[in-house]
Amino acid sequence: MKETLLSLKNVSKAFDDKTVLNSLDLDILDGEFITLLGPSGCGKTTLLRLMAGFEQPDTGAVSLSGHDITHAAPEHRPLNTVFQNYALFPHMSVYDNVAYGLKMEKRPRDEIRQRVDDVLAMVQLQDFARRKPHQLSGGQQQRVAIARAVVKRPQLLLLDEPLSALDYKLRRTMQVELKRLQRELGITFVFVTHDQEEALSMSDRVVVLKDGAIQQLGTPREIYERPANLFTARFVGETNLFPGYLTSVENDGITLDILGLSRTLQRPGFTLREGEQVNVLLRPEDIRVLAPEDEKGLARQIVERNYKGSTLDSVIHLEDGTEVLASEFFDEDDPTFDYKLGEPVRVSWVDGWEWLLPVEPEPVNNDAEEGLSTNA
Amino acid sequence: MHRVLQQPFKTAVLILVWGWLLLLVLTPNLLVVGASVMTRDPGTFLSLPLNLNSYRQLFDPLYLDVFLNSLYMAGMTTVFCLLIGYPFAWALSGLGKQRQTLLIFLLIVPFWTNSLVRTYALKLLLATNGLINNALMGLGLIDEPLRMLYTEGAVVIGLVYLLLPFMILPLYSVFDDLRKELLMASHDLGAGKLSTFLHVTIPLTLPGVLAGVMLVLLPAMGLFFVADILGGSRNLLVGNVIKNQFLDARDWPFGAAASILLTVAMAVLLFAHRLSQQRLGDEGRA
Repeated sequence: MKETLLSLKNVSKAFDDKTVLNSLDLDILDGEFITLLGPSGCGKTTLLRLMAGFEQPDTGAVSLSGHDITHAAPEHRPLNTVFQNYALFPHMSVYDNVAYGLKMEKRPRDEIRQRVDDVLAMVQLQDFARRKPHQLSGGQQQRVAIARAVVKRPQLLLLDEPLSALDYKLRRTMQVELKRLQRELGITFVFVTHDQEEALSMSDRVVVLKDGAIQQLGTPREIYERPANLFTARFVGETNLFPGYLTSVENDGITLDILGLSRTLQRPGFTLREGEQVNVLLRPEDIRVLAPEDEKGLARQIVERNYKGSTLDSVIHLEDGTEVLASEFFDEDDPTFDYKLGEPVRVSWVDGWEWLLPVEPEPVNNDAEEGLSTNA
Repeated sequence: MHRVLQQPFKTAVLILVWGWLLLLVLTPNLLVVGASVMTRDPGTFLSLPLNLNSYRQLFDPLYLDVFLNSLYMAGMTTVFCLLIGYPFAWALSGLGKQRQTLLIFLLIVPFWTNSLVRTYALKLLLATNGLINNALMGLGLIDEPLRMLYTEGAVVIGLVYLLLPFMILPLYSVFDDLRKELLMASHDLGAGKLSTFLHVTIPLTLPGVLAGVMLVLLPAMGLFFVADILGGSRNLLVGNVIKNQFLDARDWPFGAAASILLTVAMAVLLFAHRLSQQRLGDEGRA
């Protein structure tokens, strides 16, 4: 079992009477890659700044390896930040940017040179040491920002949406690069992003945040396959939501009526009485589009087909107007795979891949989310 | 010809700008350069032959003294403007937007009054039986009036008063552009307040400092009326020398040469400013 490195206990923060973080608890384990995921205004950047020491919590405590650092200045915390727009010093060369933190530690010259050279080699920028930041591309600046932070060998590296300014392809490359760095260095990474795909592909654990509160904390797989609530389900990945009605409870499972289809499933983690409604969650890749002659499934029409390279995405209209998203891998042996627009099909899903969530009262308004966006 | 007709507005603006620069900036400056290499003439002010005597005269110990003193006065003015202006601009950039606008407005309000009038107002304050002396004597803090007027100190006070906004405005601009993230990054990397100030704040605000110095140092050497009104009738500033050569001594070539000296000094400072900006990469990859 890994030990807790950074611990936030009952942390709250408000700006101008607007609550940004609401008595939040979070333990970050030593050596893990943990991602704070949420829409803008969810408090993820504020949370990161509390860890870095740029903000102080109104209530609660932050501790690092058991030591209270709630009110320690940023310069006295053994952790470093990679800023969203890199925040490289424009008047210093790449070398001086990276050496800055070590100079502040008053390390011997030889040691500084050695460590800066090593870290620049690690991010493949050894030939750019004499350049100024504005002479580098976005991806190179990004690597300097990372080098500048990791050269200090922090216990914890905080990354504030570090890839958001890069184009798609470079972002993918940097994602792999960051994972590799984290493995090689063994440093704990706290990564902030609003990109769920990025969060899922990079993290050991994901913290889903909304309105300053943790919605779910778990591995990417748990978050995606077993979302704790509708917000997480909708925010992380595409979601098909069907209403289900409980028809009977058996010893080992329950039977649901889902759009007229009867399915027997395992009992969910929450209590459910007969006749009650439940949300049945199916990811697009759980959905199967079948030929109209097929016996199972719901007979419907294709309204949109989207060729995605490796998958074929379809939108299918149900009778009540809801749209079903289906994402299927190509099966070249199946002659009926590619349906035309308007063509009748049947829609089904893989048995046992349903995920049940209790019906939540719809939020009265969304103002709270809007109002918080200033401190995103 | 087609393009001229197609873009009459653009053409008109360009003609206006270039005409203005040629007629009112380049021509007068060329005239000054021309005058500086001609010979003094009591009747027609200027005559041939061409020579460099006026420039030689600039190195006359008498005038060299004036120049050095002038530089000293302007230097003092600049230092005081910087000492007041730098913290002022820093604090200003940290205030809320509404307060910033108000304070900048207050900073600019005095420009609506002629600077000559404001210098006379300063004279009333500093005079032997002026406001300050009367107040201090009334309070019993001093027994006899302080001699403030007609001192070099009075001239420096006048210059600082007139030129301070020219120091504050460019400094405010660089402080306003200074990204808070850079200061946060410095702290994050282990630098305390002083280190951050020395290694990040000062280098990044240096272009503003140089711009402010440029806008204060050279005008300070030329504002002859401040020295005339507050400093008595001595040749305290290069500006006084130039004015006297044209109006009193009738030595136009020498006055012109002294003017050129100021222009060259300005060019050197502009060059330094450009270099400092390039160092920060503000001019892109050029």
